[in-house]
Amino acid sequence: MNSAACFHCGEPIPRGVDFPIRIEHTPHALCCRGCQAVAQAIVDNGLADYYKNRTKLPQRGHELLPAELEQLRLYDHPQIQKSFVLETGPHLKQAVLILEGITCAACVWLNERHLLQLPGVKSVQVNYGSHRARIVWDEREINLSQILAEIQLLGYHAHPYNAQSAAALREKRHKKDLRRLAIAGISAAQVMMFAVALYAGIWYGMEAGTAGLLRWASLTLTLPVMFYAAQPFYSAAWSALRSRHLNMDVPVVIALVSAFVGSVYNTWFGAGHVYFDAISMFTLFLLGTRLLEQTARERSVEAAENLLKLAPAMATRVSDAGQQFVPVLELIPGDRLLVKPGEAFPADGMVESGVSGVDEALLTGESRPVSKLVGSNVIAGSINLDSPLTIIVTGIGEHTVLASIVRMLDHALAEKPRLAQLADRVSGYFTWALLGITLLVGLAWWAVEADRAFEIVLALLVVTCPCALSLAAPAALAAGGSHLLRRGVLITRGHALETMAQVTRVVFDKTGTLTVGKPVLQATQALAELDAARCRQLAASLEQASEHPLAQPFLACVAQSELLPVSDARNEPGRGVSGVVAGRRYYIGRTELAGHATQSSIDSGMTQVWLADETRLLARFELADALRNDAKTLIDTLKARGMQLSILSGDDLTTARHIGDQLGIDDCRGGLKPADKLAALQAMQAAGEVVMMLGDGVNDAPVLAAAQVSLAMGGGTQVARATSDIVLLCERLPEVAHALDVSRQTMSIMHQNFAWAIAYNLIAVPVAALGFVSPWLAALGMSASSLIVVVNALRLR
Amino acid sequence: MTSTLIFLLGLTGVFLLLIGLGIFWAIKSGQFEDMEGPSQRILMDDDDPLLPRRVVDADALKKAP
Repeated sequence: MNSAACFHCGEPIPRGVDFPIRIEHTPHALCCRGCQAVAQAIVDNGLADYYKNRTKLPQRGHELLPAELEQLRLYDHPQIQKSFVLETGPHLKQAVLILEGITCAACVWLNERHLLQLPGVKSVQVNYGSHRARIVWDEREINLSQILAEIQLLGYHAHPYNAQSAAALREKRHKKDLRRLAIAGISAAQVMMFAVALYAGIWYGMEAGTAGLLRWASLTLTLPVMFYAAQPFYSAAWSALRSRHLNMDVPVVIALVSAFVGSVYNTWFGAGHVYFDAISMFTLFLLGTRLLEQTARERSVEAAENLLKLAPAMATRVSDAGQQFVPVLELIPGDRLLVKPGEAFPADGMVESGVSGVDEALLTGESRPVSKLVGSNVIAGSINLDSPLTIIVTGIGEHTVLASIVRMLDHALAEKPRLAQLADRVSGYFTWALLGITLLVGLAWWAVEADRAFEIVLALLVVTCPCALSLAAPAALAAGGSHLLRRGVLITRGHALETMAQVTRVVFDKTGTLTVGKPVLQATQALAELDAARCRQLAASLEQASEHPLAQPFLACVAQSELLPVSDARNEPGRGVSGVVAGRRYYIGRTELAGHATQSSIDSGMTQVWLADETRLLARFELADALRNDAKTLIDTLKARGMQLSILSGDDLTTARHIGDQLGIDDCRGGLKPADKLAALQAMQAAGEVVMMLGDGVNDAPVLAAAQVSLAMGGGTQVARATSDIVLLCERLPEVAHALDVSRQTMSIMHQNFAWAIAYNLIAVPVAALGFVSPWLAALGMSASSLIVVVNALRLR
Repeated sequence: MTSTLIFLLGLTGVFLLLIGLGIFWAIKSGQFEDMEGPSQRILMDDDDPLLPRRVVDADALKKAP
């Protein structure tokens, strides 16, 4: 080494450079400002012992820190801040940041405390559940980039979070709902007190003046309930009426308005009953149950939206003018981007130059890097691992795969299963019937005892509110779905839980489902003059384009630099791949593709792949795939539940049978092409079975779509995901059995809820019609019935 | 009697107003957004000497190439 080495990173210090640092009174020389900043941070943290104890020189600080700071400084740009920063006062700015790396409450505490002691930071709140931080700062004293840099130095990563997104809107709505609930709660509590006094007053003889005063007080307290808290019911009822439908909000509004008008009339003239207590209690409980149900439902959306945060906000665009940092919002398809190792892809794209491994774990659950070559597609949010890639943007924002997954989830939540649709229709009819009955009962009482007619009509309207009926299904489904999501099972279609409960047969695809899906090349047998190594090289080159799990072992055993260029590659799902290498067409796959007769397979448990050219077979490869550790557990559990089990495999029968024997599955069929699998599945369905299919890979897409319920392993390719009803994100097979159990519980809870709601109404209607229920009791009964439904559903969580 | 009642009702009104404002403030400042964090946070000490102080040199940030 001809010059002094940097104290921090060990690189030689260029001439004429002076970046000193003083550690425990000893000065040390550093090579650059980046190292100086890192070293200063370490010393200021009281962590100088690091330099005594370290066994390895740091790799990064030297070059990446200035680059990162430069990137962070872009967030100070007003144009870029526009999308996620709010001005909350003169010089005060507020931004929501998503913090990566929050693992426990201590992280939240560390971030909050540390940021708060910075001058200019006014408030910091980190949400433990959603990993979002809301920060308010004074722009005269501190820049956003400094705050972000501080967060990075603590070891976390902060990304700006677009405040205009759906989540922010949802948060706003949530706060509004809470305010309504608070108003209704405060009023209900107080009005109830007055009501107790009034009821007691009737017994003990309260002076008319005092009673009148209490009534006026109740009226005043009910005003905010009627005009603020109950607003959602008015708008829901109005929009239902406008579209010429009836929903449960219509009788709710009729009850609220008539009770209020009647009570105001009686208060004014100082005669008859007042129902202010019933009004506020009714509103409070309705709002409460709805909020409860809504929160349960939105949990899973939030989980999905945190996926979206993974796409970065900034990108390096490469143009003729050179490289520039631009916000992702400004990208358009066709732009050329440079993605460095360690960075996430800001958009969907196609690799234009470079070769690298990419971590797509966030999408597929598969931590193994996927190799990307020129022409491969990359997905926004996945992380480039090995070397820089230049990509051409094909999809941004809404059009990325990541966004479509989130849309799928939203869709599933919006999609109602058959039973829930039925409930909606029934509660529509029920409302009609209810209004009719109320009218008849009202007229009858008018004729018999006109004084009580109003009170009884009111009680009837309130007591029969079909809330329990409407909440029965969604509450159970939301609770079941969110329970499963926490266990790593994602429901993507609304009907999945309902159908899953009726499943009688579970069909497995073998590769990637029961097995790890990472077969290893066991043996190569050269059949012609080409030697084994050359055959492997050819095979790997051909398999570059294939997404089939059997392609990986070939790619794994040949160095990437040895791959031969392949032209005119054709991928025929279920059969294999062909391509032209150095002017000759080669085939790899099972023999139908190559068009040659083969010797029968010898060893059980081995998958055989053949390499051929136009005229003859060149080599035979033996691949073995290991069973998943937990496959046996799942099979045993399913058998104990009395499920029929089948294996439909694209591999040959011997292999399928071998796996089947190990697991104890009798019905094993091998050598099936997608069309054969489909036919087999349809035969099962024709025999009256409800089939759940577990699959993985392009091979299974049509079959998955045909099964009543389909489940794709999290590591499956995109096509399989898009057509499956459930995605096993956690890749733990026993969760499938658990999901089946949960689906049954969900259905039974749904049935209990329906039974309860119907029974309640059957009893309540005649009792109220006969005049045995006063309005406040009706409100209590109604609320209790819907609360029971929701609480019953929450047992699933 | 009635005047006492009116006074008490007025007092109730004032209290309710205060309660309402308090809850609105709590909602606005996001105290109902996270129901788990605070229960954990109370267990942490604020005066831990290991808590990092200001670490980024503002000048370095401005001058970095």
